[in-house]
Amino acid sequence: MSRRLFTLVLLCSLTATAPALAQTDLSGWWARQSQNDNGYANEPVDLIGIPVSADGRAKALSYNIAALSATERQCQMYTPWYIVFGPFPLQIIPEQDPVTLKLMAYRIAGWGDKGEQMVWMDGRPHPSPNAPHTHGGFSTGTWEGNSLKVVTTHFKMGDMKRHRAISSDRATMTYTLTRHDDILTVTGILDDPVYLAEPFVLTEIFQRSSDTSFFPLTACEPIEELPSLHENPALVPHYLPGKNPFINEMTQKKGIPLEAVLGGPETIYPEYRKKLKDTYKAPEKCSSQCGGPPAAGRGAPPPAGRGAAPPAGRGAPPPQ
Amino acid sequence: MRARTIFAVALLAAIVPLQAQRGGGPPAGPPRTVAPIDLTGYWVSIVSMDWRWRMVTPAKGDYAGIPMNAASKTVADAWDPAKDEAAGEQCKSYGAPAIMSVPGRLRITWQDDSTLKVETDAGQQTRLLKFGAPAAPAAKAPPNWQGTSVAQWQTSAAGLPLMLRPQERAADVPAPAAVRGGTLKVTTTNLRAGYLRKNGVPYSAGAVLTEYWDLTKAGNDTLLTVTQIVDDPTYLRTRRLIAYPFKKEANGDKWDPTPCSARW
Repeated sequence: MSRRLFTLVLLCSLTATAPALAQTDLSGWWARQSQNDNGYANEPVDLIGIPVSADGRAKALSYNIAALSATERQCQMYTPWYIVFGPFPLQIIPEQDPVTLKLMAYRIAGWGDKGEQMVWMDGRPHPSPNAPHTHGGFSTGTWEGNSLKVVTTHFKMGDMKRHRAISSDRATMTYTLTRHDDILTVTGILDDPVYLAEPFVLTEIFQRSSDTSFFPLTACEPIEELPSLHENPALVPHYLPGKNPFINEMTQKKGIPLEAVLGGPETIYPEYRKKLKDTYKAPEKCSSQCGGPPAAGRGAPPPAGRGAAPPAGRGAPPPQ
Repeated sequence: MRARTIFAVALLAAIVPLQAQRGGGPPAGPPRTVAPIDLTGYWVSIVSMDWRWRMVTPAKGDYAGIPMNAASKTVADAWDPAKDEAAGEQCKSYGAPAIMSVPGRLRITWQDDSTLKVETDAGQQTRLLKFGAPAAPAAKAPPNWQGTSVAQWQTSAAGLPLMLRPQERAADVPAPAAVRGGTLKVTTTNLRAGYLRKNGVPYSAGAVLTEYWDLTKAGNDTLLTVTQIVDDPTYLRTRRLIAYPFKKEANGDKWDPTPCSARW
């Protein structure tokens, strides 16, 4: 074999094998794209698009965000659902068996108040329903075609959407991670017999990134946030039924009828638009959190209007 | 010389099965026959995400979430639905880069062995996803709302590299078997300029839409996720990246054709 032919074969083999891993390898740093409203909350009462049950709505309306300032709650971890569909980036780390080198689990890293999630790939069963619940829950994964399907149970009650709706400790989360070149699509289904009337479905997009600066591995340390809570440790911030003072904010600011603001399964399907047609009144003009291109002087657009850097800082900013 | 030959043959022998395992390419045979996933049937939008930009027409100037550039803002700030109506352009927000965000239902059927037909009841649009080589420029239709779409099946790998193969729990308990599946990749060009959002956020005629259509089974539900990548240097700072979920319905009882509307 000539040297030239040999080199050709070697080159072909290298280029042919390299993408094999790339098609199914989920490991690495994934930056959230924040082009949707999943991790976004401006108004304290905003259950829009969430199929909450009556109990879920009551739970959400009793929630006062000041409760998070209580010393014992400042570092309470988020739910696995919120880790995937909240404002955070993802770091996915394969854990290999040290002997066989086969994949034992995928670890989705945590930090501060964001718990770690271990996705077991070795076929182990989920524990008994009575087993202890943790912040990260118990997850198993299987490949379904191009997608990794993850089922998570045994996680504690916590945020379903940013300080808006709460899932119970009886919830089950199923989600698929599907890689398309440098894009990771996540489709999630949250099933909660307590606070949801039907499964809550969300999708999210991440982009592969080599910039790890958006992923601060910091510990959470409680501090004195609200003096009133330290003066009276028995105080638990909350709103009594019918007393949430923010219930009308979304209607006043965005013109969305209160019935839609309070969520529910009927509000997430196309038929609901017929009801809205007579009750929705769009504000004359958007007045806050309106997005748009970066303001002049605060970072001019890159040449040819392209190539903005991925979101930086802790998690991702609200949609642009 | 002989050692080099042996090495090369061994290398090729190692690659061939790997290529076979890796998948990713279109399977051989008529696209309808070899479809790795069944997309046909009725699908309803689940509007759990971006509700306030999709279920209602957002206020003028509400551009949150879209990586628009200054030129895009100039166009969007001049949005005037009455003008669109007068020009007969009520369907500007129903073009391929936007139609999956419009709350409604999809009816997906095979038009022939190599064309998937996707109809929408909202706006009464039809997309034709054609498998095979793209049409020659001379045979191209004039630019239109749904553009020209080229489809391709992407099948899953039959095997995985060692480091991605799930570990068996014990000798007698095999790791869960992978379920067969795949993705439909669709690339759409030849678009007529339109709106990404009802309130006038534009995309240009030069936009390229890349989509990945995937299925997820959960309990009794089958979900379709359409991942969209809009590449439009004229009006976007970065790619528009978004994914929309749909749920399969048993039949077309709720199919409700409605014409395009520039205002609602």
